[in-house]
Amino acid sequence: MAKVPVQFTLNGAEKAEFIDSGTTLLNALRDKIGDTSPKGGCHQGTCGACSVIIDGELRLSCLTLAETCNGAAIITTSGLSEGGVLHPLQRAFLDAFATQCGFCTPGMIMAAKVLLDHTPNPSRDEVVEALSGNICRCTGYEPIIQAVLTAARSNSQNAA
Amino acid sequence: MELRKNYFADQRKDDLHEIGQPRPRSDSPGHVTGKTAYFADRNFPGMLHLKMVRSPHHHARIRSIDTSEAEKHPGVVKVLTAKDVPHNVYTILILIQIGPEDETVLADGKVRWKGEAVVAVLAETERAAQEAAAKVKVDYEVLPAVFDMEEALKPGAPLVNEYHGQNYYLYDSGECRKVRFGDVEAGFAGADHVLEQTYQSSPIEHAPTETTGCIVAPEGNDRFTCYTNTQAMFFTLDNASIILQMPGNKLHFVGGTVGGGFGGKVDVIVEPIAILGAKLTGRPVSFIYSREEEMQISSPRAAEKVVIKDGVMNDGRIVARKVTGYTDAGAYSRHSPYGAQKGAGHYPGPYTIPNVWIDTYCVYTNRTPSSAMRGFGVTIGDFALEVQMDKLARLIGMDPLEFRFINAYRDGDMKAHRQPTEGAALIECMQEASRAANWPVAEKYLSMSSYPKGA
Ligand code: FES
Ligand code: FES
Repeated sequence: MAKVPVQFTLNGAEKAEFIDSGTTLLNALRDKIGDTSPKGGCHQGTCGACSVIIDGELRLSCLTLAETCNGAAIITTSGLSEGGVLHPLQRAFLDAFATQCGFCTPGMIMAAKVLLDHTPNPSRDEVVEALSGNICRCTGYEPIIQAVLTAARSNSQNAA
Repeated sequence: MELRKNYFADQRKDDLHEIGQPRPRSDSPGHVTGKTAYFADRNFPGMLHLKMVRSPHHHARIRSIDTSEAEKHPGVVKVLTAKDVPHNVYTILILIQIGPEDETVLADGKVRWKGEAVVAVLAETERAAQEAAAKVKVDYEVLPAVFDMEEALKPGAPLVNEYHGQNYYLYDSGECRKVRFGDVEAGFAGADHVLEQTYQSSPIEHAPTETTGCIVAPEGNDRFTCYTNTQAMFFTLDNASIILQMPGNKLHFVGGTVGGGFGGKVDVIVEPIAILGAKLTGRPVSFIYSREEEMQISSPRAAEKVVIKDGVMNDGRIVARKVTGYTDAGAYSRHSPYGAQKGAGHYPGPYTIPNVWIDTYCVYTNRTPSSAMRGFGVTIGDFALEVQMDKLARLIGMDPLEFRFINAYRDGDMKAHRQPTEGAALIECMQEASRAANWPVAEKYLSMSSYPKGA
């Protein structure tokens, strides 16, 4: 299989890899680069567990070919906390009991981050809409929605 | 949350430091930072991928299996059939003396459900394994199949599973689990009303966000580490040891982190064959269900059918209950004989009924084998029982909650299984529920208690 070079930043760090053409970004991140924070729940674009942020937009890494990410800035959940300090979203998920098995959590946090980046003070409906592509089978959506609303409030307090 | 300390004040300790206090879960920091390691977050150099060739038929004899084309497919390292498995016929609960062994790791001579594993293909890449699996030729002679429990129990129905000899599980109490208490026919004869209803459920898939799977790494000296998301670590270790005819000390299981299970990850399906693949190739092996397999192949909650006949008096007392329960095990036992047995114990409900007669059957059909799921054997039963309770209350024109107060078991009452009730607390729970739900009941029910009626 043909190898292709690909270069992008992952959570701010430069990455340059030769990968098999046709490799998904999910597999490239997990198997090649060793960032296993995006999870593979369905590999067909229906569960949202593999969600990452590419150039500021929410993307399903299982449906994105790694070779199309040349020059992109990619963010995953493993890159959110800085110097051991949790991002407000991570803090809120932790405090609000919004994780049970945790398998959906990285994808949920990515979806929530894109929402808050674009809409710092979302309504409940906007949160629901933003998380609608992410399936959670354990926690129940209410604590997750509450966590995102709490993080939004703490964000706006920080900004004030 | 408010703790009601007035209940059982003389029985409680009030110097508790943990109960009623919020405590962070120890695994949450890993979850929110993406650091929690699930089994599939491990990657080993030279890892092989395992894919199954599965039966397209519900019931068929296997005339022949030809793996020659698959073996020649680029990237294929090994192809496994039934003859490669040291102890191919097994059953999970044999570890607690519940037999007979009735299921094959890889089908041998016959398939009994659509999706049954027949041949395992190990290849360098997932894609190669998939392509090669498609090249395996299995010649089937399709047999008549049975999908309905009552059809399966009729004389002359196709025999699903030869290891049982009939289409039901043979308990030591006979063809079903039984509860007998009082004289149920006399109870019906003396009742003001008799109501018989049938309730049915479909199989339910757990659909965990993380699919079932494992990764096995050979450690040398014929020892293997199996990273798995099983919910039943020691069942899996011990069954793998039997299936592979290997002492347990050669097998090291690493688990504990499960990406959603709900009882769907207690069957020993992926680990033994993946370990066998690692043993025969000397390479790490990954066997992970695709989402499609998870939905179609993993064992669901059993479909059930419950026939409930109750005799009730105009004053609200239930005087007789007869239940016949059917649990659809599918083609193999897995945990279903236990589920059906739990149903038998459960059908009297949390009610004191003087005359009870219960039969529960574990039935074999050519459907996907069912198994554990959150309270399996009793949740569908509870649904049926409580719908029945509402219907009975309506029949005698009584408030459904007050009807339950009348029948709720209290300490000292004899249950249908001849165990006296202890520590019931059901009355108190219903009192709180009536307050929380704003569902008023007459004062006399609010002054009842679960303490012995005489006390
Ligand atoms: S793994 Fe990408 S959406 Fe499910
Ligand atoms: S916490 Fe298990 S899937 Fe969401």
